[in-house]
Amino acid sequence: MFPIVEAGFLAPDIKRFVVEAPRIARKRQAGQFVIVRVHAKGERIPLTIADGDASRGTITLIVQGIGKTTKLMNLLEPGDALLDLVGPLGKPSEIQRFGTTVVIGGGVGAAIAYPTAKALHEAGNHVISILGGRNKDLVILEQEIRAISDEVFITTDDGSSGRKGLVIDPLKEMIAEGRLPDLVLAIGPVRMMQAVAEVTRPHGIHTVVSLNSLMVDGTGMCGGCRIVTHTGAKFACVDGPEFDAHNVDFEILAQRNRMYADREAAELREFRENPDACLKEVRDSCRLEAAHPEVGLRHVGAQGQEQPS
Amino acid sequence: MSESKNTIPPKERVKLPRQHMPEEPPEERRHSFLEVNRGLTVLGATSEALRCLECAKPNCQHGCPVNVNIREFVQKVVAGDYLGAAAKIREDNVLPAITGRVCPQETQCEGCCILGNKFEPLGVGYLERFVADYEREHGVFGLPEKAPATGKKVAIVGSGPAGLSASGDLVRWGHDVTVFEALHEIGGVLIYGIPEFRLPKEIVRHEIDVLRAMGVHFETNVVIGKTLTIDEMFTEEKFDAVLVATGAGLPKFLNVPGEHLNGVYSANEFLTRVNLMRAYDSGFDEPVFDCRGQDIAVVGGGNTAMDAVRTACRLGAKTSYLVYRRTEKEMPARLEEAKHAREEGIQFLCLTNPVGFIGDDQGRLRAVRCIKMELGEPDESGRRSPCEVPGSEFDLPVQMAVIALGTGANPLIQSTTPDLNTNRRGYIAADPETLRTSKKGVFAAGDIVTGSATVILAMAAGRKAAKSIQEYLQDMTRWN
Repeated sequence: MFPIVEAGFLAPDIKRFVVEAPRIARKRQAGQFVIVRVHAKGERIPLTIADGDASRGTITLIVQGIGKTTKLMNLLEPGDALLDLVGPLGKPSEIQRFGTTVVIGGGVGAAIAYPTAKALHEAGNHVISILGGRNKDLVILEQEIRAISDEVFITTDDGSSGRKGLVIDPLKEMIAEGRLPDLVLAIGPVRMMQAVAEVTRPHGIHTVVSLNSLMVDGTGMCGGCRIVTHTGAKFACVDGPEFDAHNVDFEILAQRNRMYADREAAELREFRENPDACLKEVRDSCRLEAAHPEVGLRHVGAQGQEQPS
Repeated sequence: MSESKNTIPPKERVKLPRQHMPEEPPEERRHSFLEVNRGLTVLGATSEALRCLECAKPNCQHGCPVNVNIREFVQKVVAGDYLGAAAKIREDNVLPAITGRVCPQETQCEGCCILGNKFEPLGVGYLERFVADYEREHGVFGLPEKAPATGKKVAIVGSGPAGLSASGDLVRWGHDVTVFEALHEIGGVLIYGIPEFRLPKEIVRHEIDVLRAMGVHFETNVVIGKTLTIDEMFTEEKFDAVLVATGAGLPKFLNVPGEHLNGVYSANEFLTRVNLMRAYDSGFDEPVFDCRGQDIAVVGGGNTAMDAVRTACRLGAKTSYLVYRRTEKEMPARLEEAKHAREEGIQFLCLTNPVGFIGDDQGRLRAVRCIKMELGEPDESGRRSPCEVPGSEFDLPVQMAVIALGTGANPLIQSTTPDLNTNRRGYIAADPETLRTSKKGVFAAGDIVTGSATVILAMAAGRKAAKSIQEYLQDMTRWN
């Protein structure tokens, strides 16, 4: 069980959690992720680690409520706990002194890009950040990103913050002006990452994306997260989550991410009809776990009765 | 040696028929995750135990990878001392309810039984299962004696059969044992791999509770190599020895066109979604392909392939095919699994091999392209190697396919432990006798050393490693 010590919304449906996980806090590096299961009947979902504090023994997760599990997680408050949390998983971002780096975060992608941008800044790179969202509310972590960037561009679809347009617009202009970055890191919706890859491809600019494919175990055991690349199938959980953008088949990634769309929509409907019942499931799971820390939920005696530990 | 209570003369014993395992009828069980085998009754178990010839030099015990004293436990069944029989098995095998269900007895104990020369072998597996179930159902179990605490800490990485069996021995010898598991539930392949209808999860949990009662500590959600490295287990967590028993977790794919299509799974993924995550139960959130009314194919001929194809059938598949490149005779699956699968209506397509997957414009699987095979010369495993029949390609229309072709070595630990040597296939190099690795204090056992094998072979390796760790810890004490 992993207690939530802070929780607050950054934007409608986007919530920031600080969770006690001392071992993960000590080990995590930029670009890595955790797998979370919020209740005893819940699914396992990957979430990128947005930040961490080894001395406090905490990590930060930023969650956008899209499906049942993320919406349910966003109902949790300090005092609640995550039932299962495992990590840090995946390879850390490659951090070195590249020179000029452009970090692009689309929507909640900014949360995933932030630790890597920070590490690039600390490694002495010139960091240009481009944050984008549909509207002003969906541009998150602007202050944090400004603090570690040399230049910042904000774009929104409706022009409610920064300039109206897409995240690729400032990138295109930069390239047109002959300012070719040494590295572009793009994190956000699949179509956004694909668009960035197409902008940089003709110029041969090294471009890295962080892929959010469906996962179960997160340790290379199931192969469900496989990505098709020019050099064959790769597992996002152990070979990634970061990949060379010019090497990834984004069409197949988008297709695979839609695999359970019907079931996900049904679960979301069910959740919307009765979010309190789902929340109760989470709290009951964690309460039982707390009452029987040695044996958890799964300790059933020979006759099927609960046994004291 | 206990005294025989069997008064039937051996000449008469051989005439007693082998008991049949009562089973759920195929028509009902193919729609249900209830266990197929229902277990012998007291009467059935007694009748079976009476068939034992009580050989002076029992072959069966030598056929058992963990060397269970079969003759003595069977004699206790004859005497009606079922708890004594269970305690006798537990001296050598800490998971009797599990091995009684999943061991390939026909090639081990029962394959060595002298009765089998002329008659049917003794039902050792049935009896083992009977006494373990009796013990569990009566809520009592005899815990083996425990040595005084040694003050030594041993970490076991992985909670599958190798890790669990090692933990049982090490805790009995007085060590402080912690088992680490990457997933959220203890049991490894016993939980995520083997389906409920073959090994009910309640039984696995019970066996783990027995180990817990013996003093073994369990920690879930820890990925060794990531959350903690092997070095940190010594420096930060102060373990004196570490046993790596992580299994061979990396799924093999065919590397043929179309393998990325939606509906194509590795057996690991399909079974984990169904077994660990209980995707078959609508009350659980984890999704899995909706097999209802669909045609599906599973590629492979081992126990995992049987598990996957029978699982898909239970999830409501209309037609379930097992696609295997050799003939039924070469299938590595347990005889009983193949028999059960056939009874449940699984269509065996032998001498057939997939060469690609065909999808629709939405990226969903629509067919497996197959080619017919014929058997050629025997290969290094002694099995005749299959060759393609030119021009024999055909498309098998299915909406889901599961690839069950075995697993490889997961490199997570090796890649973060530079001084841990591996062989050319990526498995951890360990001395075959001591199971010591190239790194001081680190031992390795089970599939991560040998590649995919069986539950009982992993358990045997776990015990061997435990013994070697015991010697290592004793030497350590002597020298310090």
